[in-house]
Amino acid sequence: MSDVVVKVENLSKKYILSHQSQEKYTALRDVMANGVKNIGKKLLSPFKSQHSSINTHPSNEDFYALKDVSFEIKQGDRVGIIGRNGAGKSTLLKILSRITEPTSGKIEITGRVASLLEVGTGFHPELTGRENIFLNGAILGMGKAEIKRKFDEIVAFAEVERFLDTPVKRYSSGMYVRLAFAVAAHLEPEILIVDEVLAVGDTQFQKKCLGKMQEVGAEGRTVLFVSHNMAAIKTLCSKGVVLNKGQMIFQGGIDESVDQYQGPDGLDKNNVLWDDIDDAPGNDSIRLKSISISPQRGSVIDIDSGVEITTVFYNKKAGKSLDFTLYLFTLDGVCLFETGIIISSSNDAAEGYFSTKGLIPPHLLNAGIYKINLIVGESQRYVLYKIDDVISFEVEHTATGRGSNTSRAPGVIRPQLEWSYEFLSH
Amino acid sequence: MSEPQKLIIEAGRTERHYWADLWRYRELFFFLAWRDILVRYKQTAIGVIWAMLRPLLTMVVFTVVFGKLGKFPSEGAAPYSIMVFAAMLPWQFFANSLSEASNSLVGNANLISKVYFPRLIIPSSAVITSFVDFLISGVILVGMMLWYQFVPGWRIFSLPLFIAIAFAAAMGIGLWLTALNVKYRDFRYIVPFIVQFGLYISPVGFSSSVVPEKWRLLYSLNPMVGVIDGFRWAILGGDVRIFWPGFLISNGLVLLFLVTGIWYFRKTEKTFADVI
Repeated sequence: MSDVVVKVENLSKKYILSHQSQEKYTALRDVMANGVKNIGKKLLSPFKSQHSSINTHPSNEDFYALKDVSFEIKQGDRVGIIGRNGAGKSTLLKILSRITEPTSGKIEITGRVASLLEVGTGFHPELTGRENIFLNGAILGMGKAEIKRKFDEIVAFAEVERFLDTPVKRYSSGMYVRLAFAVAAHLEPEILIVDEVLAVGDTQFQKKCLGKMQEVGAEGRTVLFVSHNMAAIKTLCSKGVVLNKGQMIFQGGIDESVDQYQGPDGLDKNNVLWDDIDDAPGNDSIRLKSISISPQRGSVIDIDSGVEITTVFYNKKAGKSLDFTLYLFTLDGVCLFETGIIISSSNDAAEGYFSTKGLIPPHLLNAGIYKINLIVGESQRYVLYKIDDVISFEVEHTATGRGSNTSRAPGVIRPQLEWSYEFLSH
Repeated sequence: MSEPQKLIIEAGRTERHYWADLWRYRELFFFLAWRDILVRYKQTAIGVIWAMLRPLLTMVVFTVVFGKLGKFPSEGAAPYSIMVFAAMLPWQFFANSLSEASNSLVGNANLISKVYFPRLIIPSSAVITSFVDFLISGVILVGMMLWYQFVPGWRIFSLPLFIAIAFAAAMGIGLWLTALNVKYRDFRYIVPFIVQFGLYISPVGFSSSVVPEKWRLLYSLNPMVGVIDGFRWAILGGDVRIFWPGFLISNGLVLLFLVTGIWYFRKTEKTFADVI
């Protein structure tokens, strides 16, 4: 059972970032124009060295999505791949699934691989549920006979019996996702590669998917799983690989891996979790348990996403009037605002864990880095516990409301105001 | 379970499994073609009739313009309209294949960036889709033969051979354009031009025997000349003759396009996901 089924050696993937064009594809015009320019240059100044032609290729920059990554996966391992956005997780999965080719390095895979990088790839909205099951199954590598054999099982898992002959464009998004996952879940590969696909669908269905994947793992098959949901990773996986900026920084048991990522010194600056309550920041009255900052929608915190700040703390002394206050600062130390919530005002807060959640609406903060100070107070008068710079986060830039101007607007805040104008007279 | 297969992924490595994979995914050819046909006629009022209408109307126009107004000679004893249609069939097949195939990868970009399968399948099923249209318009030819009470000779049985050559021509040039279109989107504008232009420089509306003898070898550099001459030879029968040197040149070019098309496609296909 300890055979190595996936062996990755010095894997690198380089992309060339071109700062000239927005499009990823090349226009023949540019290739020809550059060619003509080069010839023209040679004709005009035949004695200039060849190097001058470099200038006609506007600043190209190499970018390593993966650099020198090596690891081994044994049969039956369920491996979680952990890292921040842009750490190279998706690139790694794409190379393992043979969608794109590595720049250098080598991978040896033993066994049939199935990968699920997106739910419902190849679904056609005009086709019915039944037709899409066959089409999607074929795309994922199942034969017609195999799909026929599993057809009833797939339909039952997706719970779409009544809508089999309806075009999927009339499906609700939940039904769509269920059907798509059901097809993929009934592949029978020896190695299953799954990207963040559980982020969609309702909670109940997510549980069902996790259950199905656990089943796959229990059958001795190998699973590679990428997710930002650490709880899902911890339940599903037995081992972990941590990536940061294209490099592998840790491989080992799943708990240590998650710790590398999410511990106090971890990579994930937006989520801090203190495992041991006695070591956590705090005092005799209050101990912090975790703070996490996440976008209200989407997966990246930017100007349009809004920010959700969730704090969990332990109240050690019962029978107080608790309040919770948050101060938001810019990196230069300018206080933007104070905000908070009164948890109790009649001396009745119980001893135990409290969780507070604050929402900063979209289109309030401009792009930049922000720091947070926290105060847990009593009766809105006394400070029980105060901590400065407990966490920081970055709001990424978007060009919303800026028309064709895509640069960062000046200022600390960036509200979207109502504007109007009228033409009065000549 | 089948015996475990070992797969090695390395930069620039051509896999030994490629052709085996192509065979393993053989059903996908037909599923993709079936999807395209199903979707194409899903919200049309007259559906499949469209596949017949276009070649039929072009044939009528060509017969009137070249046959009646231009007084071009037909080949053998065949009515002019049948002679035109015998060329219209392979030409439409070829032209549709080129347009469908060249757009197929870009149109299926989401598949390419999310799932692995031999990419050759996508343009190939676009060609298969066009072949279905070819078969449908073939019905018109049968109808026309009944109308003119035209009985083809024994050579009609050699038609499958010429269909195979048409297939090879469509695949070869189609693969080139498909792969180039992924990288250089200019081909989106070049392909319609090739198709439009090709209709007039290929012997569709007229017989290739009207081309002066000394130019015929040069004229045969168009791979479709060989295919169309072959179709006419097989369908019209009688005393239709094939200009053999030209026919061989045309078919040699078809073969060259097919081999280099597959080579170029295979060479570039691994980067498709990065540039699409």
